[in-house]
Amino acid sequence: MSLDKGTVKRVAQLARLRLDDEQLEKTAEELNKIFTWIEQLDEVDVSNIEPLASVTGHSLPERMDEVTDGNYPDRVLSNAPDRASNFFTVPKVVE
Amino acid sequence: MSSILDLDLASAKSALQKKEVSAVELTETYLNVMSSNDHLNCYITSTPERALDMASKSDDRINSGDALPLDGIPIGIKDLFCTDGVLTTAGSHILNGFIPTYDSTVTENLWENGAVMLGKCNMDEFAMGSANTTSYFGAVENPWRSDDRQKTPLVPGGSSGGSASAVASRLALAATGTDTGGSIRQPGSFCGIVGLKPTYGRCSRWGTIAFASSLDQAGPLTRTVRDAAIMLKAMAGHDPKDSTSANLQVPDFESALTNDVRGLRIGVPREYLLDGMPSEIEKLLETGIEMLRTAGATIVDVSMPHTKFALPTYYIIAPAEASSNLARYDGVRYGLRIEGDNLDDMYEKTRSVGFGAEVKRRILIGTYVLSAGYYDAYYLKAQRVRSLIKQDFDLVFDNVDVLLTPTAPSDAFAIGENDDDPIKMYLNDIFTVPASLAGVPAISVPVGLSKNKLPLGLQIIGKMFDEELVLRVGGALEGMAGFKSRPAGGA
Repeated sequence: MSLDKGTVKRVAQLARLRLDDEQLEKTAEELNKIFTWIEQLDEVDVSNIEPLASVTGHSLPERMDEVTDGNYPDRVLSNAPDRASNFFTVPKVVE
Repeated sequence: MSSILDLDLASAKSALQKKEVSAVELTETYLNVMSSNDHLNCYITSTPERALDMASKSDDRINSGDALPLDGIPIGIKDLFCTDGVLTTAGSHILNGFIPTYDSTVTENLWENGAVMLGKCNMDEFAMGSANTTSYFGAVENPWRSDDRQKTPLVPGGSSGGSASAVASRLALAATGTDTGGSIRQPGSFCGIVGLKPTYGRCSRWGTIAFASSLDQAGPLTRTVRDAAIMLKAMAGHDPKDSTSANLQVPDFESALTNDVRGLRIGVPREYLLDGMPSEIEKLLETGIEMLRTAGATIVDVSMPHTKFALPTYYIIAPAEASSNLARYDGVRYGLRIEGDNLDDMYEKTRSVGFGAEVKRRILIGTYVLSAGYYDAYYLKAQRVRSLIKQDFDLVFDNVDVLLTPTAPSDAFAIGENDDDPIKMYLNDIFTVPASLAGVPAISVPVGLSKNKLPLGLQIIGKMFDEELVLRVGGALEGMAGFKSRPAGGA
């Protein structure tokens, strides 16, 4: 398997990261080394093995679907880089 | 003054309660040595006013006979834990200026137990690193110096490097850390102190900035095993705000410290003896084996065949979870924002400026292994191998009570070394990652010095929620090793 510059560029776009041409080259090289190293997992036979997503072994707790918190917009917005009244703002998305 | 700094947490607690020293006096002493050791870069933010205020309240409670378990104990908090009204950065530029309006459950628990906050400890950016060299706020120095290179500053390990260096340098009596793949235990070993990663679910993750949610676990860095037991008792507990938090009683860990290992079966997994590993690491393990055998334990040679696959498995699972967790940093709700021509432009500019190289690398790995066409081949495959790794632990624990292994494959290295080779850096965690993937508790205890006179730790790994036995064996090992060496730097 080999990651080319184009693939790295596409993945970076998915992750909303911007890499210039030089960074793309360097990153592709680094990622290739890492994935070549990861490929040793091919040696492991995982047929009939269930994937493990959680080590706790217990099922997720449930609670009533009701509001238990909130009503403090100033706290929620206190770290906003930019706000307008009780809203976060973003650049215009609709022309 | 130095005599106050010589007290470990347990002794300071008793001195405070006997009123041999006041909480304010103890806190002032620590604040003084913090300010004269800025070059170690252990703290991103110090909070002297808050510390003195907390200490004075502790003194009031002690004087009125209502002392809390940690009253007057000055500690450092890894900058991954949200602290109400105090800058919280995760070692990243992307959280520029972020001041939480709440405390994490772990820090809240500590304050409710009377602990005093000295400040927020430096760390690898988003806890991604094994040398504390990826922090936006600069590398942290280890107070230890290598015998053959007295002038070269060394790394404290990572990612809880600021916490570990602060405790080793006596700039904190204890500190909180978090461990995703070894971030408490490896810096513990590099700095000659105790580092405990509890069972996944023992401490709440609520309000702790997420790296890899199925692995992240908070724990203490301390000077002694007893101090670790005291700290864990205060930090742990069920929390309905974290759905993976274990609904279990928190035992009195300190009473488990009997030092008695007679009749215990202690496994030494042969897969932890690596080709090309420095011989001093193997010798250290032999020393540990001999000590525990002399103390009456039975040493059992065991096999955990999937050990060597733990690290590559980790480097799929952890970045996958990280890429998802770090998607929230978008310049909209908190932290850094770099304006752009449109929404996507703003996202890309903010994230490209805000994240450092290692974080970007892991986001890219994670995004790739989760992307269409590669999910089964990488992510699902890694989760299946994780099952086998956990199975290795389940099977071996049918036969032994705990495992004994080295903590790290080397002693502390120079700042800058390994920075250009990600895989070499990742290999630091080769002995700590398996327990993280299985979720089991593990402690690193300082046992000896390398040929360069740097500390080396051994790791005790236990069964799920059996921190008591991990602490008991760790305490016994600590007692027999009698590690008393002190670093050249620090207070």
